[in-house]
Amino acid sequence: MPALDPAFLAVQALSGLSSASSLFITACGLTIVFGVTRIVNFAHGSLYMIGAYTAATLVPRLLELSFGPVTFWAGILISAIIVGLIGVIIEVLLLRRIYGAPELFQLLATFGVVLVVQDLVVQVFGPQDILGPRAPGLRAPVEILGRRFPSYELVLIAAGPIVLGLVWLLLRKTRFGVLVRAATQDRDMVASLGVNQALLFTGTLFLGAFLAGLGGALQIPRVSANTGMDLSIIAEAFVVTVVGGMGSVPGAFLAALIIGQLQAFGILIFPKSTLVVVFLLMAVVLAIRPYGFFGRAEIGGGTHAVGIASRSPLPGRGLILLIVIAVLAAFPLVADAYLLKVATEILIFALFAFSLQLLIGVGGIVSFGHAAFFGLGAYGAALAVKWYGVSMEAALPLGLALAALGAGLAGAFVVRLSGIYLAMMTLAAAQILYAVAFQWVEVTGGDNGIVGVWPSSWASGPIPYYLLTAALTLITVLLLKRIIDAPFGYALRAARDSEARAEAIGLKVRQHRWLAFMIAGAAAGLAGGIYAFSRGSVDPSLLGISTSVDALTMLLLGGIQTVVGPLVGAAALHGLRDWIMPLTSLWRLLLGLSIIAMVLIFPRGLVGTVRDWWGARA
Amino acid sequence: MATTSTIRWLAFGAALALGAPAAQAQQAPIKIGELNSYAQWAAFTVPYRNGWQMALDEINAKGGVLGRKIEIVSRDDGATTGSATRVADELVSREGVSLLFGSFLSNVGVAMADYANQKKIVYIAAEPLTDAVTMAQGNRYTFRIRPNNFMQVGMLVDQAKASGAKRWAIVAPNYEYGQSAAAVFKRLIQERVPGAQIVAEQYPALGKIEAGATASAIEQAKPDGIFNVLFGPDLTQFVREGNTRGLFEDTTVLSLLTGEPEWLLPLKDEVPEGWTVTGYPWDEIKEPKHKAFIDAYRAKYNDTPRLGSLLGYMVMTMIGDSIERAGSTETDAIIKALEDAKFDTVIGPVTMRGIDNQATMGAWVGKLVLKGAAGGMTDWTYQDGASFMPTEAEVKAVRKD
Repeated sequence: MPALDPAFLAVQALSGLSSASSLFITACGLTIVFGVTRIVNFAHGSLYMIGAYTAATLVPRLLELSFGPVTFWAGILISAIIVGLIGVIIEVLLLRRIYGAPELFQLLATFGVVLVVQDLVVQVFGPQDILGPRAPGLRAPVEILGRRFPSYELVLIAAGPIVLGLVWLLLRKTRFGVLVRAATQDRDMVASLGVNQALLFTGTLFLGAFLAGLGGALQIPRVSANTGMDLSIIAEAFVVTVVGGMGSVPGAFLAALIIGQLQAFGILIFPKSTLVVVFLLMAVVLAIRPYGFFGRAEIGGGTHAVGIASRSPLPGRGLILLIVIAVLAAFPLVADAYLLKVATEILIFALFAFSLQLLIGVGGIVSFGHAAFFGLGAYGAALAVKWYGVSMEAALPLGLALAALGAGLAGAFVVRLSGIYLAMMTLAAAQILYAVAFQWVEVTGGDNGIVGVWPSSWASGPIPYYLLTAALTLITVLLLKRIIDAPFGYALRAARDSEARAEAIGLKVRQHRWLAFMIAGAAAGLAGGIYAFSRGSVDPSLLGISTSVDALTMLLLGGIQTVVGPLVGAAALHGLRDWIMPLTSLWRLLLGLSIIAMVLIFPRGLVGTVRDWWGARA
Repeated sequence: MATTSTIRWLAFGAALALGAPAAQAQQAPIKIGELNSYAQWAAFTVPYRNGWQMALDEINAKGGVLGRKIEIVSRDDGATTGSATRVADELVSREGVSLLFGSFLSNVGVAMADYANQKKIVYIAAEPLTDAVTMAQGNRYTFRIRPNNFMQVGMLVDQAKASGAKRWAIVAPNYEYGQSAAAVFKRLIQERVPGAQIVAEQYPALGKIEAGATASAIEQAKPDGIFNVLFGPDLTQFVREGNTRGLFEDTTVLSLLTGEPEWLLPLKDEVPEGWTVTGYPWDEIKEPKHKAFIDAYRAKYNDTPRLGSLLGYMVMTMIGDSIERAGSTETDAIIKALEDAKFDTVIGPVTMRGIDNQATMGAWVGKLVLKGAAGGMTDWTYQDGASFMPTEAEVKAVRKD
C-alpha cells in the first residue's frame, strides 16, 4: 500500500498539524468567551470570516506601500485587532443584554448576528471571493524527506503553540487572567467581590474576537476569503470546544490536534466522507465523557429552562376547535393555487415547530438539531419512493418511522447530557446526518438530492394536498396537545423545572425525556415527509443548521411559553418570508435583525405578548 | 413598517385607478421567469445577469417581440435543489411567467428539469453542464445552450492524445457536475487513448476542499496527467497548493472551464501556465460581430466580459427569437420554435438539436498563459459543438421520452 511511504505520512501529518493549529487559534477564542460569559457564540465564525476578508483586502494595500514580511504580519495583526473591536461592539450592543437570558435565546441571538454579518460582508467586500497575497519570504516550499511542503504551513504549525503559550501567560500571570479564570469558575462570586463585570466581559470578548480574527487573517495565503467560511469554521470550532471541554484552553488544543490529524488521514481512508468523521468524533467523546476532555459539569444546576406553564383549560375549547377546522376546510374556496401552496407550507412548518415545542417548552430539552428528524422523515419518504417505488401512503409512515428510530438512537445519548452540551449533542446528531446525506452519494444522491418525489394522483394538485396536510397536521397537533396535558406531559414539566425534585419523587427523568424525544422526532418526521411530497424533492439543506434555526425562530416568534405559539410563529415567519424575500436581496439581514430584536424586546413572543396585554387589561 | 405598507397600498390603488386606461392602450409585457445563484456564485452569475440585461434592453428598445415588451422576473435560486424548485413554483404560479431560464449548479439543473417536466413549462438551463439535463433526465420541456460535459471533455481528451500521458488522476467536486464530468472522462480517456489508466481520484465536497491534503494525495499516486473539474474557491486553493508542491511540473493537466475569466481572474499571477483548458479568450477575439458585443458590453458596464456575460446575452436573444418565431407564448408553440431551430448568434450560427434539446454552441480550447498580472488563454481554437455531441443512438439509448 503506497500510503505507508514515510515521506508521505510525514507530509500528511504536517498538513494535519497546520490545520490543527489554525483551528485551535479560532476555537481557543470561542472557549474563552464561553468560559466567562457562558454564551455559545455562533457569531464567532462570522468574526473569523471578517478577519479573513479584512486581511485579504488590507494586506495587499499595505504590501503596495512597503513590501516585506514586517508589513505582512503587521497587516495580519491589524486585521485581528479590527475584528477584536467588532467583538467589543457586539458585546456592548447585544451580548451584555442577554447574559441572564435562557440558553436558547442566547444561541438564537448570536445566530441572528451570523445572518446579519453574512449580508453585510457581501455589501462591504463585494460578492467575489478574495484570494489574499502570499507571505513575503515564505513563497518557496521546503523539502521534507524529498517532498515539497509549503513553508507558510510550517509557520502556522508554530503559531498554534505560540498562541497557546501567550494565552497561558495572559491567564496565569496577569490580573485580567486571574479574573477571567475566576469568572470561569464562578461568575456570581466574582461579581459579589466587586469586580467590574462589564469591563471584564468586554475585555474577554475583545480577546475572543481578536483570536477569531487572527485565525481568519492567518488563512488568507492558503484559502480565499469566501462567504461560506463562517458556518464551516463554526461547526468545526464547536466540535473542538465541546470535545476539549467548554471553557478549557488546553482541552481545545488537544481536540484540535486530534481533529487535524483525523482530517489529514481521513481523506486517505474515506476520501468521500471527510465531513462526517469530525462530528462522529464529537458524538463518541460526548457519549463517553459527557463534558469533553477537560470540561466540568455546570455548577448548581442553575436551570435556564423556560417553557409553557400550566393553565386552566380555556372555556369553549370545543367551539374554537370547530371554528379552526371550518376555517381550514373553507380556505381553498377563497385561495388561489399559490396561496394554497404557501398555506400548505405554513401548516407543515407549524407541525414541525410544534413538535419542537414538546421538547423545549414542555421538556426543557433545548434541541439545536431538530432539523435532523424533519430531514430524516423527508429522506425516509423519498428513499422509499426512489428505491422501493412505494406510494405516498406507504412512504409517509416509513419516513415517520425512520425519524422516530433516529430520534430514539440520538435521544439515548442526548438525554444523558444537560444544558449546552445537550444542545451541542443534538447539533452533532443533525450535522452527522447532514454529512451522511451530503456525502453518501450512492444512496442519498448527495448534493443532488432526490427528485421525483410527487404525491399519489388523488392527492396531487394544490387543493387535495392542502386538505391532506391540514388534516394530518391538525390530528398530530391535537395528539401532541393531549400528550402535553397528560400526566406524561406534567412529568416532563416537573423534570424541566427541577430535575432533582422530579427524581426524588420517583420520576424516571431520562426515560421520560427519551420518550419525548422519540415522539417529537416522529412528529417532525411526519412534517418532513409531507414537505418532501409538497416540493417533489429532498436535498441535504433540509438537515442543515438553518432548518433547525427556522424551527427555533418560529418557536421564539410565536412565544415559547404558550402552546399555540409555534403555530402562530410558523405562520408569521413563513408568511413574512414569502412576502419579503422576493422584494429584497437583504433577507438574511432583515431576518437576523428581527431575531435579535425579538430576543431583546419581546422574548415572550407574539402569543405571549398578546396574552400579557390581555391579562393586564382584564 | 405599517406606514410604508399603507403608503404602498395607497400608491398601488392610485396607480390602478389612474393607470387603468393607459394599460389597456398598451399590451401587457411578456413575463419570463429567471432564477440563478446570485448570492452564492456571484462571480459567474452577476456578469451573466449583465449579459441578459443587455440583450433584454436591446430587444425592448426595438419594441419587444410580438409587439409586446419582455419583462424578466428574476430571483435568487438559493443554490439548492429544493429552494430552486420552490422559487420556480412561485414564478410560475404567482407571477405567471411564460417560461423559465437560469440556474448555475448542475444538481439544481437536474431538479429544475424534473420540475419543468412535472409542471409542463419550458426551462432553458443556463449554466448546468451535467449530461443528465439533456440525456438521462432530459425531457421535451428542458433545453440547454452551453456545450455539456460530454462535449467539453471530448474536446479536452482530443488534446490529451498528443501529450502521451497514460497515468491519470482525477480531481472533481463531489456533486452532479463533478461526478458527471469524471464519469465521462474515465470513459473517453479509455476509449480514445489506448493504455490510459486512472491512478487516483479525489472528490472533495463542493466549496470544502482540504487543498493541501488533496494535492499531496494526488502527488502520492505519481500521475503523469491530471484531469481537473474544480472551479471557484476550491480551484484557487488547489492551484496554490499544487504550485507550491510542484504538483503540476512535468504533468499534463486538462481542466474544464479554467480558461473562463470568472475562474481565472481570482488566480491572479499564480495562473498554472500550460494547462489545457476550455474557456473564453475574449481579449483575442477578432470576429466583427463578437467583437462588437464585447466592446458594447465593456462600454455599458465598464468591466471586461466573462463567459457568463456572453451566455446571458445569447440565452436572452435566443429566447426573444424563439418567442417571435413561435408567434405566441404557449408552451407547445415555444417548444416547436426551439426544436431544431437555427439561431444567428454573436458567436455564429447555433442549432438547437431537437432529439436531445442540446444546442451546438461550442467552446474555446487552449492553453493557460500569464498575461501581465493575470491569466489568459493562448494557442486556442474555437471547437464547434456539433462535432462533439453524443450520437443520436446514444441519446435514444438513455433518454426516457
